[in-house]
This record gives sequence, C-alpha cells and structure tokens, in this order.
Amino acid sequence: MTAAERPVLILGARSDIARAMAHGFAERGHPVMLAARSPEALERDATDLALRTKADVTCHRYEALEIDTIESFLDGLPAAPHIVVSAVGLLGDQEQNAADPARAAMVIETNFTGPALALEAAGRRLAKIDGETAIIGISSVAGDRGRARNYVYGAAKAGFSEYLSGMRQKYARTKLHILTVKPGFVATSMTEGMDLPGPLTTTPEKIAAAILRALDRKRMVYYDLKWLLVMTIIKLIPERIFSRLSF
Amino acid sequence: MSAMELTGWGRWPRRDCRIAHLTPTALGRKAPSGELGNGATGQGDKGQGAIVHGRGRGYGDCAINPPLTVLSERCNRFLSFDEETGTLFVEAGVTSAEILELFVPRGWFLPVTPGTKFVTVGGMIAADVHGKNHHVAGSFGDHVHFLDLVSADGTVLRCSSQENEELFRMTIGGMGLTGHILRAAFRLIPIESAWIRQETVVAPDLDAAIDVFESRMDATYSVAWIDCLSSGKALGRSLIYLGEHARPEDLTRDRRSSPFHVAKRKVKSIPIDAPSWALNGLTVRAFNALYYRAGVRAPQSQLLDWDSYFYPLDAVLGWNRIYGRSGFAQYQFVLPLETSREGMREVLEAISAANLGSFLAVLKRFGAGAADRPLSFPMEGYTLALDFSLSSASLTLMDRLDEIVEAHGGRLYLAKDSRMSQRSFETGYGGQAEEYRRFRNRTGADRAFGSLMSRRLAL
Repeated sequence: MTAAERPVLILGARSDIARAMAHGFAERGHPVMLAARSPEALERDATDLALRTKADVTCHRYEALEIDTIESFLDGLPAAPHIVVSAVGLLGDQEQNAADPARAAMVIETNFTGPALALEAAGRRLAKIDGETAIIGISSVAGDRGRARNYVYGAAKAGFSEYLSGMRQKYARTKLHILTVKPGFVATSMTEGMDLPGPLTTTPEKIAAAILRALDRKRMVYYDLKWLLVMTIIKLIPERIFSRLSF
Repeated sequence: MSAMELTGWGRWPRRDCRIAHLTPTALGRKAPSGELGNGATGQGDKGQGAIVHGRGRGYGDCAINPPLTVLSERCNRFLSFDEETGTLFVEAGVTSAEILELFVPRGWFLPVTPGTKFVTVGGMIAADVHGKNHHVAGSFGDHVHFLDLVSADGTVLRCSSQENEELFRMTIGGMGLTGHILRAAFRLIPIESAWIRQETVVAPDLDAAIDVFESRMDATYSVAWIDCLSSGKALGRSLIYLGEHARPEDLTRDRRSSPFHVAKRKVKSIPIDAPSWALNGLTVRAFNALYYRAGVRAPQSQLLDWDSYFYPLDAVLGWNRIYGRSGFAQYQFVLPLETSREGMREVLEAISAANLGSFLAVLKRFGAGAADRPLSFPMEGYTLALDFSLSSASLTLMDRLDEIVEAHGGRLYLAKDSRMSQRSFETGYGGQAEEYRRFRNRTGADRAFGSLMSRRLAL
C-alpha cells in the first residue's frame, strides 16, 4: 500500500513534536489529518504543510477530555486513518496540580484517560484494516519513576505507557503495531522557560525524525539512547534511597 | 526563562543571552495590545529591549542581546504562494534554503540573495541584503511588498509603501531595531532552469577589474574574487564571474528534459576549530596565488547549478571554524563611484603591506542605493568584503582601513560588523543615522528593541 493510501491522524497536533511529525509524514506522501481543540489555530500549519509537501492536509476539532465523543469524532474524519498519533499532553505546574484536585484531574485526564481511551477506540478500527497499521503514543520518561518535581504529570504518563503496553500485547498477532515514545527533555513550547540541561535536550525536529525511524524499524518503545541510560540507572535505585534524593 | 550562549557567524563576540521564542500562533490568542507580552518586546527591561535572532548569519553583534534575545526558528511557516504573480508570503524565520528547495523545482528563484542560503527572511529584510545582481535588481528590500511587525507598543502593524510607510522604510535595513518582523510578502522571479551560465573574465589588475564591471553592467549577476595580497603591477588582480539564468536550450540534451533537476550536493563540515597558526600571511598568499592561476586556466564559460553558483561556501558547514576559536571579523565597505578606483587601491595597498590577506576577498559593483532607508548599506559604487581572523594586527589594520574608507566617503556594512568605531559609523551614515535615531526615539523603539550593536553604536 502506498503512503498516499495510508492517512495519518495526529491528535494534539498543535504540539511542536506533532508539528514536526506531521512534516515527516507529509513529506513521505501520507495524507495528514491534524486534530486539536481549536482547529482554526491549525489552519496556518496545514497551509504550511500543503505548500511545502503538496500533501493532502485537513484540520479537525478534537477535545481529548470529551471521551464519549471519540467514536463520532473518528466517524467524522474524511478518511479512515491507518496511522494514529497521540501527542496530547499537559504538563501544568506540579505544586498547583497537587494542591488543586480539579487541576490534578485535568492533568491526569489529558495525559492518561483521554489519549488512552481515544487510542483504544482507534485500535479497534485499525486492527480491522487489511494492511499494516500503527499507533504512536507520545508518553514521557517522567512516567518511569515518580518524582516530587512532577509526579501528577509523571503518574498520568506512567498510566498511559502501561495502557499502551497492554494494547501491544493484545494486538501482538495482528498487523497493528504499537509504538510508545518516551522523550526526555525536548525544547518545545511546553518546556519553555525551563532550564534544560543541554546534552540531554533535543529538538522537536530530531525527535520526530527518530520516531519515524523507530516506526520503520517496528520498535516497540522508543527512548533516546542517552535517556535509556539515565532512566535505567534511575529505575535501579532502591526506593529507600530514591525517596531521599532531590532531583 | 532559559539562557543560551549566542554569537554571530564571526563567532565573536559571544554572550549568554536570556532567550524566548517568537511564536505567531501564540499571538492570535492574546489581546491585540502587548501581544507578545512585555517579555518579548522587552519593555521595562532596564531599557535594553529585545532583538530577534534568526539563524545567526549576521557576522557580529547585531542579533545578540543578553537581557533578551527572541529566537525566530519556530516562526517558519509558508503562508501563501500566488502562482500567477510569484508572490510568496512567509513567516520571518523561513530560510532561503527552505524557499529554494521548494521553489526552484517549480521554476522560481529569489529576487535577491546573499552568499549564504542559511539566512532567514526576517534577517534579509533587517539587513537589507544585496546579491550579485544589485546593479540591476537593488537589494532585498526593493522586492518586499509588505511586512507585519510587532511594534514598540506591542501591536502588530502591517507595513508597506502605502501603509505605515515610514516604519516600513525604517525597518528595511533597520537591523531589527524598529520591531520584530513576523511575516513578509515578496515576489519570487521566474526561472527557466536551475542552472547558471557563468562566464569568467580575468583582470590582471584593479583598473582592469573595474573596467570589466563598468562595461558589463548588462550582466544579471557579476562579482569578482580579488587577490588581496598581490602587489605592484598585479595589485587587485581579479577573476570576474558573470552569470545569467540558463535557458533550457543552453543545457546539454540529457538535462533539457528536466531543467530544474539538480543532484543534491555533498555537504562537508568542519568538525573542529582550526589551530590559530593554520592561517597566516604565507598560507593565504599561497592560496590566493594558486586560486588566481587556476582561474586563469579554467574554461571561460561553464554551467553551474544554482547551489554551487550562489552558495559555494554553504557546501562546507561551519566554515567559520577555519578561523579558530578566537573568531574572525568580516570587513565589508562600499565606496562611492567617483572615489572607488583610488580608494580601493589604497585599501589593497594597506592590506598587502600588512601581509594580512583574506581567503574570501569579494569585489562587487553596486547600483544606486536606497536613500530613503536610513541604515541600508548599498550605495552606487564598489563594495569589497574581506575576512580577517581576529588578532591585534588585524584589528589595527581594520582601523587603518576605516580611515581610508572615511576619507573616501564610504561606509561599512552593519550586518558584518563587530568593531567599527562610533566615528566611522557617524561619518559613513551621517544625517541618515540621525533620522533613524529620531525615529526610534519618537516611536519608543529605542526602549523596546536593542542589541549589543545598538548600544555599541548608539543606534
């Protein structure tokens, strides 16, 4: 099947990583459907993509928190996607998240409940397609171990990663491939203003290119090599010691 | 807010700068006043303002501002293209490379381009850049239909020759100090192939080189490489390169069927800084002599693809590292037509006497400048661009060259400068500098926008 016959749906398309991935897919010739809460804000990106790649790009309204509308959202798309990307995410401020249950719920639903249930629904459809299909979930290394600094976000991402892990096992014997992406620090609007360590920080363009390569190679979980090393060490630290560390 | 060490292409000066991003998507969501917030315009920041930094191809300190530098790299969308007229509308962080990659295969080219394609549209407007066709096409600003600018009070203004006309004039060549350029529309030119017909003319000395330029004002592109270390009778010996966009019938038969197809060039990069002793009078003199002789023997006429013709140095990524970690200064000046022969001779004699040559000495005939754009560099006459690795000897030489340029009524190019004196600036830009300052003061731009350069030269 050619790329032109395999449309890509990107949920949370306003994120910088999503925008870079949309470029990558459009360059390969995939029709791209961009979805976000305010599709009018996507029009500029869609025009840019279409001018650069001549790809077929459309914009759609998608609200990650309205979990009961996901089926009708998928029904309303101009074409059935063969690749579904979730780049939905909300970092928030840890102290405010922990202090205000409404905020915490919003962070948890945006990072976990919303995307997980959307991909669940998408997975059912993708598995029925005759041909190779894929789900790409953008999670985070923050989900690998809870830390005082960002555990509301981290716990939600942990849930999302494990949900994808379960789906991967469920669909292991089908042509639906599930890729979990765990970026470390990426210089994006989400992390703007944070003082990120240079050697461990990458750009949206680089991570997007790495994700497409990981998809080509049918990798299951994508880590940046440096982050794989860092997280392996962090995960090995005994809880009694970890609980006293401050990073 | 995060910090980042920034330098210009000359790698000196370098400063840690507080950074923010120029993101027009964020603009739409906020109130029309203070759209980027005080953060991005930098108002109230001890009056030091903010400056936009694109791809860092300005050589000196023009896009460095430690209190706040705004990066335009994410502001790089193509907004529209009109196939009928060739009018392209883009965000300011789009680079020439992105435009050419997309539009050369469709038969369009930039109306004016500097010697690197890694520049942003915003930067080309702010420096009012020129190319090898200045004598017929003027500078980049001559081709801009309109631009959208975050002005001093935070509002976004559309500027053109009809609307906010004064701000439009001040912004073109204004070194980013009148506002943050967000978007711009300009016209591409149609081409019939991706190839350039290049003709090489050998000039045994400076007078002959100038005679070639004067007699070939009809050529679309013209530029000369000049051996700046030759002396005596051979002073100013040059290879003049004339260029025309090739038509399909100029191409070999196998290329004629796909005139816009060019194989991608292999790009090399300089992985490390060269040691400081690598470049000296001897190696530069030897290089220049060899280059001249190779040019004399080369075929008089040849076909080059656009990338090799316009951007030979872009094939070597990070070529600025050959000057070592201490960096280098590019020295580019223009002399009025009537003093050009005499002034250029004095400059070349001073360089040769100091034995401080430059690999890349480039001579070019300018057409008329834009008198209504105060800081725009070009004026009718001759411009010479030189690179010097930074040392006390080269700084002394450049001070000496300043005196020669001033005495002949010339001026220096701000986009390449990191060291000119206040005196040199005032002599070169005269009453126009005053007009520009009054404008900045009157509109509050002097408090909202600033750079190391604006403070160094009190712009």
